Amino acid sequence: MARYKTKGLDCWNRAKELREQYYQDYKESHDRGGLRWEGGAWSFDAIPQALEGEVHGLTEEPYGASIAHNPKLQVRYQEAAEGKWGCARDLCSYMRAYWGSVALNEYAFGGAWPQADFIFQNQICCSHAKWLQVADEIGGGTTPFFCFDVGAGPYDNIGERQIEYVVGQLYDGIEFIERVTGRKIVDEKLIQNVYNTYRSNCYWAKTCELNQAIPAPLDEKTMFSLYVLGTLEKSNQAIADFYEKELYPEVQDRVADKIAAVANEQCRVLGDSQPPWGFLRIYRYLEQYGVVSVASLYTFSLMGWMTPDTNGDLVPYPTLEEQGITIKDRDHALRLLAEGELKGKLMWAPFYGATYKNALVTAMARQWHCDAAMIHLNRGCEGTAQHQMQMKIALQEMGIPVMTYEGNMADEREFDEGRVKRLIELFVTETLGLKKVA
Amino acid sequence: MIEEFKQWYEERHSYAKAWKENNPDGKVVGYFCTYVPEEIIYAAHILPVRIFGGHETPVLATPHMFDMWCPFSRDCLHQGLVGRYDYLDGVMLAQACLHIRQAFGAWQLQVPTPWSYYLCMPHAVTTPHAKKFLAGELAEFKTALEEWTNQAITDEDLGRGIEVMNTNRRLMKQVYEFRKDDNPPITGAEAMTMVWASQIMDKQEHTILVEQLLRDLPHRALDRDPGIRLMIVGSENDDRPFMEMVESLGATFVIDDHCSGSRYFWDTTVADGDPLEAIAARYCDRVPCPTKDFGQETWERKRFPHILNLAKEYRVQGVVLIQQKFCDPHECDIPSLRRYLESHGIPCCFLEFDVTVPVGQFRIRIEAFVEQLRADELFD
Repeated sequence: MARYKTKGLDCWNRAKELREQYYQDYKESHDRGGLRWEGGAWSFDAIPQALEGEVHGLTEEPYGASIAHNPKLQVRYQEAAEGKWGCARDLCSYMRAYWGSVALNEYAFGGAWPQADFIFQNQICCSHAKWLQVADEIGGGTTPFFCFDVGAGPYDNIGERQIEYVVGQLYDGIEFIERVTGRKIVDEKLIQNVYNTYRSNCYWAKTCELNQAIPAPLDEKTMFSLYVLGTLEKSNQAIADFYEKELYPEVQDRVADKIAAVANEQCRVLGDSQPPWGFLRIYRYLEQYGVVSVASLYTFSLMGWMTPDTNGDLVPYPTLEEQGITIKDRDHALRLLAEGELKGKLMWAPFYGATYKNALVTAMARQWHCDAAMIHLNRGCEGTAQHQMQMKIALQEMGIPVMTYEGNMADEREFDEGRVKRLIELFVTETLGLKKVA
Repeated sequence: MIEEFKQWYEERHSYAKAWKENNPDGKVVGYFCTYVPEEIIYAAHILPVRIFGGHETPVLATPHMFDMWCPFSRDCLHQGLVGRYDYLDGVMLAQACLHIRQAFGAWQLQVPTPWSYYLCMPHAVTTPHAKKFLAGELAEFKTALEEWTNQAITDEDLGRGIEVMNTNRRLMKQVYEFRKDDNPPITGAEAMTMVWASQIMDKQEHTILVEQLLRDLPHRALDRDPGIRLMIVGSENDDRPFMEMVESLGATFVIDDHCSGSRYFWDTTVADGDPLEAIAARYCDRVPCPTKDFGQETWERKRFPHILNLAKEYRVQGVVLIQQKFCDPHECDIPSLRRYLESHGIPCCFLEFDVTVPVGQFRIRIEAFVEQLRADELFD
C-alpha cells in the first residue's frame, strides 16, 4: 500500500504544448514574415521580444538539452562539432551539440538549420559569449552579434552602479537591435514583457517553495519539464500565465490534498547541476526506494527568482504587484528587469564564490527537509558545476550524507549508466539504509 | 640577468619571505589573474605575487576541484593546500575564467589566509560602460585595501603605483624588441622567464634587473642558430622545460601571446586625469584574455589581429598553439584562431598541456612541425 496519493499534473500537456509551439514558431517565423534571434536562457528576452511585428527566439541551452535527450542525436552532433569544426571534446556539451547542429545544417525539430537574423546574448560564464560567436562563424559569420555582460556582482552587492552597468548595455542592445532589424522596440510590449518576466520567475519560485511540503508535490524529474518554459521565453504572456494561473494553483492544491510526486516518499534528496539528460530513468530507479529529489539550486534558480529573508531563509522574490510597482516607461522597465535578474537569480551567486553556493544549498537542504544529497559532477557545464566539491563538504558538515557521481548532461560518452546505478544502489541501501518499496 | 630571473622564479617563495623580512610592516598578496590591478596594490605598499602552479600532480586539490577543471587552476590550489604560500597575508582574484574562480573559491575556504578579495572585473571590456563600472570597482578595492592596511592611499600613491608598473612594462617591451633581430640575443624561454619573474618579484627590483639586461643585450650573442622563428600562443604557460625543449630543435620562440608573457605587459596605463579611471581604461583596453574577447557589434575578436600583427612584426614562420586541458576560453578560440592564422599563411601546431607534459611525444610533434616549416623555407 502506497503511503500517499499520487497522480500526474493536469497542466502537464499544456507545458508540452507551449514548448513544442516555441520550437515550431522559431522554425516557421520567417515564413510568416517574422524575425528570428538567438540568445541564451539568461538573455533578457523581454527586449528582443518587444520588437514590432512577429519575432521568435531560440535559447541555446534548452536547445542543447533537447538534443541531449536523444543519445544518438547528441553523439552525432557532438562528433560533428569535434570533427567538422575541431573543437575540444571537454567544452560545454550543450554548446558542442548546438555547434554540431549548425555544422550539419540540421534543426533538431526538423528541417535545415533556421538562420537567425541577429544574436542577443549575455555573458557570465566562460562559454556564453563564445557560444554564439563560434556558432555564427560555423554558420558563415553573417549574423549581427550583440553580447551584454551581467557579471556585475552577487545578489547581496547590487546597487545603483551595478544596475546602471547592465542597463547601459541594454540601451546599447536596443539601439543595436533596431538598427540591424530596421524595426522598433515597442515600449508597450517591453513593459508587458517585463511584467511577464517577473510573473514567470516569481511564480516558478513560489511553486518551488511549495515543494517544502511533505510529501513533495513535485519531483525534480517533473520540474525539469516545467522550469524549461522560463528558459525559453519568460517574457511570453502564455508562459507567464501558465506559471501563475495553471501550475502554481495546481501545485497549491496538491499540497492541500497531500498528493505526492512519489507515492512512497521516504527519503528527500537535494540535487545539483543538470542531470544526464539521456538517462533520466535514474530518477525512476530512485523511486523504487521511495527516494525523491525535491530541490536543487539549479532547478529552482536557473530561472526562478529567490532572495534570502532576514533569517537567511530562501523565499520567492516579490512580484511587481507585491512590491506595489507600476512600470512607468522604458527606463523604468529596463531598470526593473536588470534589478530582478541581478538580485533574484541566485543561480548566479556561485560565480562569485563557494561561500555563496554553500550558504544557498545548506539553506535549501534545511528548508526543503532534505535527508541526503546527490551531486551530479557535471563535466558538461562548468557554470552549474561551480564549487560542487565545496558544496559537498558543507552539506556533510551539516550531517547530510552526500553521494557524487561524474557524468555529463549532454554527452553520453561521459556517462557510465551501469556504474552510476550501482553507486546509487550502494548509497541508498548501505549509506541511507533504505529498502525497495515499489 | 637571465640566471637571476630564473633563480628568483624558481625560488619565488624564498624571495617573498625574504621580502617580508626586509619589509617588516609589508604585506604580500597572492593574485590569481593578471586582470588584478597591481598599480593599486603597489600604491598600498603591498607586494603582489602571482599564484603559479608547481607542475606537480595536484592531489590535494582533487577533493576540492574535480578533474574537469584546468590543471593550472588545480595546481594553484594544490600549492596553497600544500602550504607553499603560507607567507601570504591576502589573496585576491579579478573576475576571470570559471576555472580560476573555482580555485579561488576553494582557496578562500580551505587555505587559511587572513584577507581575501574578489574584484568584479567586467567581462564586456569593449563596451564604454565597462570602464565606468570598473573604475567604481577599483574605488571599492582601494577602500578595502585602506581599511585592511589602516593607511590612506593618495592620488600620489596611485601615481607611483602606475609609474612602477608602467616602467616595468615599457622595459620588458624593449627587451622583446630585441627578439625581432635576425639572430635574437635572447631565447623565448629566457624572455618569458623574465616575465614570470616580474609577476613574483618586487617590480622596482625587477626593473633594475631588466635595465641591466637591456644594457647587456646589444653585446649578447647566443651560441646557436636561431633556426625557425616561432610564436607561442595560448593559455597560461610557465613551462620552461617545454620552451627549452622546442628551442633545442632548431627553432626559437621570437614572440608570444600569453597572460604569462606579452599580454601581461603589452599595454601601459595612460596616466591622465583620475588615476582610477586611467587604471580602469588600461585593464579594459589591454589585449584581452579570450574569456573577455567578444564585442557588441560583431563576433570578431580583438586579440586575433593583434596576434597576426605580432606574427608579422616578429617575422614568425609558424605558431605553436598551446592550451591547458579544459581551458574553455582558449578551447573556444583555438579552432578559429588556427583557421585565421592559416588563412594568412601562418602554419600552426596545436598541443594540449596538462600539469605535466609528455615531453617525448611533444618533441616528435615539434620536430615534425619544424621540419615542415624548413621544407616550406626551401620553396619560398
